Amino acid sequence: MTRRQFAIPCTLLLLVVAPYVLPPFYVTLMLPALAYGIILLGFNLLFGYTGLLSFGHALFVGLGAYTVAVMSSRLGFKSLELSMLAAIVASIVVSIPVGLLCVRYVKIFFGMLTLAFGMLFHSFLFKFYNLTGGDSGIQVARPSLLGMGFPDLDKTAFLIGPFYFYCLALLLLLGYLMWRIVHSPFGTHLRAIRDNPRKAEYVGVRVHAFRLLAFVISAIYGAIGGTLLAIPVGLADPELAYWTHSGILVFMTVLGGFGNFFGPVLGAFVYIALQDQLMSLTQYWRFALGVILILIIILFPTGLMGLLERRRNRKAPVVDRGDA
Amino acid sequence: MAVFLDILLSGVFHAAVLFLVAGGLQLVFGVQRIINLACGAFYALGAYFGVSAVAFAMAHGAPAYALLPVLLCAGLSLAVIGPPIERLLRLIYDRDEGFQLLLTFALMLMSQDIFRFIWGSTPRTLGNLSLAYGQVTVGPTLIPTYKVMVIACSIAIALGLGWMLQKSRFGRIVRATAENRSMIEALGVNSGRVMVMVFTLGTVLGTVGGALVVPTAAASLDMIVELVVEAFAVVVIGGLGSMRGALVGALVVGIVRSLAVFYYAELEMLSIYLIVIAVLIFRPTGLFGKPLE
Repeated sequence: MTRRQFAIPCTLLLLVVAPYVLPPFYVTLMLPALAYGIILLGFNLLFGYTGLLSFGHALFVGLGAYTVAVMSSRLGFKSLELSMLAAIVASIVVSIPVGLLCVRYVKIFFGMLTLAFGMLFHSFLFKFYNLTGGDSGIQVARPSLLGMGFPDLDKTAFLIGPFYFYCLALLLLLGYLMWRIVHSPFGTHLRAIRDNPRKAEYVGVRVHAFRLLAFVISAIYGAIGGTLLAIPVGLADPELAYWTHSGILVFMTVLGGFGNFFGPVLGAFVYIALQDQLMSLTQYWRFALGVILILIIILFPTGLMGLLERRRNRKAPVVDRGDA
Repeated sequence: MAVFLDILLSGVFHAAVLFLVAGGLQLVFGVQRIINLACGAFYALGAYFGVSAVAFAMAHGAPAYALLPVLLCAGLSLAVIGPPIERLLRLIYDRDEGFQLLLTFALMLMSQDIFRFIWGSTPRTLGNLSLAYGQVTVGPTLIPTYKVMVIACSIAIALGLGWMLQKSRFGRIVRATAENRSMIEALGVNSGRVMVMVFTLGTVLGTVGGALVVPTAAASLDMIVELVVEAFAVVVIGGLGSMRGALVGALVVGIVRSLAVFYYAELEMLSIYLIVIAVLIFRPTGLFGKPLE
């Protein structure tokens, strides 16, 4: 336990100092990692803790990105908080009906249904050119943070300065919130549902209602992360909602280890770093990523966090799903 | 009437190709219980290899009408990639299905770069070689003979598969393996071998589908991920693991798509996903699927 008490402040310190010591390029690289961190915290509530593998989670990421795009470019609202609020509302409005239909199923059927909804949204974005800009997407204007526009900073300075800390603060806040959710009676209920839904129902857990709630929470996290993901790029495009993007989300989660609370966030950072390094080394980086993914699946199903824990415990590897 | 027939024929042609790929998906799911996202890669591999094989054959003086046999042979010869991939998948048969899905996803990611490495990123086409077969008049409309031949091929393959699964000894073993694997082993059948053969058969269906479609469309890197979602729609509509379902699902997807393209192009893919969602909600096991558990 002491190891963790030591590791958390150290990681925090590193994240806070990073923009002062790292070259700007690497700091801008950390922005999507922070955004993916938030998305995956929500995703893992569904996957790691509730046992539902969604292959259409990119739907909510796309939803968040398009909300901030529409708010900032089409409607002229500069405040990021307002856009985020709109994204939260949009994700709730979408995730409740979708969730109501999806949570009746588990395993592969849940995955297929979420994939179908994700692709439905993608083809809407892709084909309805007048509304969504089709394959060129919608531009995202530079937002103001907490009412401050930082007009004297250029784009990079804005991104690696105020925006970085904004994302970091949000990740910490939402991470703390998720920690409380996971360690509340609600979180225990979810694990009970994952491990044995019939028994959980027998002892009085409202399985569908709890799964739905987990689905909605993860959708909200996805949408918030989506808004943050779109701002550095300055564009919301349909690729964000495509099913391969959902696959990448699962990849990151498995890479970090879905059995650990911090695993997915670690996975996001490692994935972004890995992708950047591989892309600078070779144009065939997808091949290398695929090889790494296969190795992880076959040799280290508990992910990087599982590897760290195993080294710490020096015990037999246990696939300890979501009990950190 | 002519318009309607045009739509119907292009829908059926599309369905003929989709059936092959989705049939492979169904076979593999029926026996191995894995949804093979890499089926799109097999399809694209068939298409690319088909282009190369035809180019090679033509350079060595093959006549233009040898197109279809060359493509079929190209598709069939790709059976060699089945066993090694099955060997890899075998490592995770007893794992969570999330891992299985992710492993085939990884294969798909890799395939994109392998094809880019071998064939480059510009799409490959066969020009209008398929016009060597001329056109036929069907009622009031003209369509390329090649499309009719592909439809005929697909029907022949469907009938052959149906006969094999229902009547032959191998088919009975396959169905029994899908039903109860440990029982089939207790009866002295080498289930590992059955798995390899079924997976290879599934692979070949995908590669043949890709090889047959390439004279009418280009072989491109995008076709991998695009096909996966269509084949997936077919198996969901038809019901996972059912060959009859693959046939009906392919017809539904093919015809609905060509109807949508003609009347309101924005709805092309949207209409298919709407059907998929409707099927999953009202009949989650699909039209012909068996209820799970």
